[in-house]
Amino acid sequence: MSGLAQQGQVAAKGIPAAGVSGYLVCLTGIVWREGLRFLHQRGRFLSALVRPLVWLFIFAAGFRAALGVSIIPPYQTYILYEVYIMPGLVAMIQLFNGLQSSLSMVYDREVGAMRILLVSPYPRWFLLLSKLVAGIAVSLIQVGAFLVIAYFWGIRPPALGYLAVLPALVLSGLMLGALGLLLSSVFRQLENFASVMNFVIFPMFFASSALYPLWRVRESSVLLYDICRFNPFTHAVELIRYALYLQVNWTSLAVVVGTAAVFMTLAVVAYDPAKGLLARRGGPAGGKPQVPGREA
Amino acid sequence: MARERSASELALEVEAVSHSFGSRKALDGVSLQVGEGSFTALLGLNGAGKTTLFSLITRLYNSRSGSIRVMGHDVRQEPRAALAALGVVFQARTLDLELSLRQNLLYHAALHGIGPRQARRRACALLERVGLEGRETERVRVLSGGQMRRLEIARALLHQPRLLLLDEPTVGLDVGARHDLLAEVRRLVAEEGLGVLWATHLIDEIGPGDQVVVLHEGRVLASGSREAVAAQAGSEDLLGAFRKIVGLPQAPLTEATA
Repeated sequence: MSGLAQQGQVAAKGIPAAGVSGYLVCLTGIVWREGLRFLHQRGRFLSALVRPLVWLFIFAAGFRAALGVSIIPPYQTYILYEVYIMPGLVAMIQLFNGLQSSLSMVYDREVGAMRILLVSPYPRWFLLLSKLVAGIAVSLIQVGAFLVIAYFWGIRPPALGYLAVLPALVLSGLMLGALGLLLSSVFRQLENFASVMNFVIFPMFFASSALYPLWRVRESSVLLYDICRFNPFTHAVELIRYALYLQVNWTSLAVVVGTAAVFMTLAVVAYDPAKGLLARRGGPAGGKPQVPGREA
Repeated sequence: MARERSASELALEVEAVSHSFGSRKALDGVSLQVGEGSFTALLGLNGAGKTTLFSLITRLYNSRSGSIRVMGHDVRQEPRAALAALGVVFQARTLDLELSLRQNLLYHAALHGIGPRQARRRACALLERVGLEGRETERVRVLSGGQMRRLEIARALLHQPRLLLLDEPTVGLDVGARHDLLAEVRRLVAEEGLGVLWATHLIDEIGPGDQVVVLHEGRVLASGSREAVAAQAGSEDLLGAFRKIVGLPQAPLTEATA
């Protein structure tokens, strides 16, 4: 190792594997850690599973009689209400997972683990994207478990639908995860974030096609109908719904991809060292909160 | 593993760095240098701007003005090379408590593009070095505060950096653990020729021959060897010099000296 004093050589030695393999090692490591953390948080898995099941077993059963669902695409026959809300509940799992993993990022940032991620020499957009991929991987496990239980509950989309829904889940997971990422860069405090959960999750979920078909919403309020139509979550739900029944809802596909790109871009900008919010706000506290005016 | 180096080689160069949060100026024209094989203490009270400076060096965000170079690589222009040559121990604990020692180290190695096989080998050697050998599979949660810090140092060294930053690493440790930690880091400086920037508000952590940079309210008020800083201020010891420099009353001890 002697003779490395020359700067160029030091650099060559110090920089991590620049090729694809180095990036792959980094991505794998981030997904692997998220998986390990997930395994250690059994409570998180359980609540991620129980939440949609409560809706499915209790809410849907109660509303089965009250809500008639006529034949609407992609369905070809009359369907039971629980069949209708199943894709919405799948999207709900991803919504919670996306915001929860960003909640853990706010927490990570407070305990400093986010800083360990951000001192990695790989580009920041890549680190954030890897974090998203890790979150999606975890959400796929949750959705898989839910689909199995729903199957035994009698909700059985075509067998190939389980395969076709995978790309839809990746896209919706990307969109919802990127939303979470963006929110995590904007909000520093857990308390703030908890209220964001309420202000983001509930409106997004209820003002969407997850629980009721939009034609029904229009009957009661045109304004609400419009809000639902412009809610990206509606399109995540519809993308998943159509995919499960082996169809593509092109409008929803376009909206989900477009929204994911916008959220991701904003998140990368927010975390950018030069332009980002961190520089203005004092960033993730390295243990010590930066109290404005304290140094005066 | 001996490295050729000369005194002129700088692990860290901070030049005229200023940074503000809104209207509050956190750093004002800060310049300092850390040579390879040198232990430099960044001495300042709470809120002096130490953590802000660390955030800039680690490129959490960019400075508004001035430049920062790690092993000659500008943090803004060549972030990859700069970050690769840099190891950090943050003030807050940044370990995953539920994961094992080895899992924590492998995760960090992956963040630096080091594959599992090589990472395992290095992790093994480093754990031995910091006195945690044979505990690879234990959960971090069972470690004491001092052991966690030593694990964090091992982690910071995994990718073989030439500059090690430590932000008040002894906070919350008892006297014995503090002493061990300091001895370990000094050994790294002497044996491996690492440049170390050690932020602290504890004067008794600074030994003879150490470099000292006094940071106060975002400005560097004095720098040089411990002896030189004391002499400049016209004091017999560093404590008196520090009090004079930052304008603290000379008598009873305050937390700066604890």
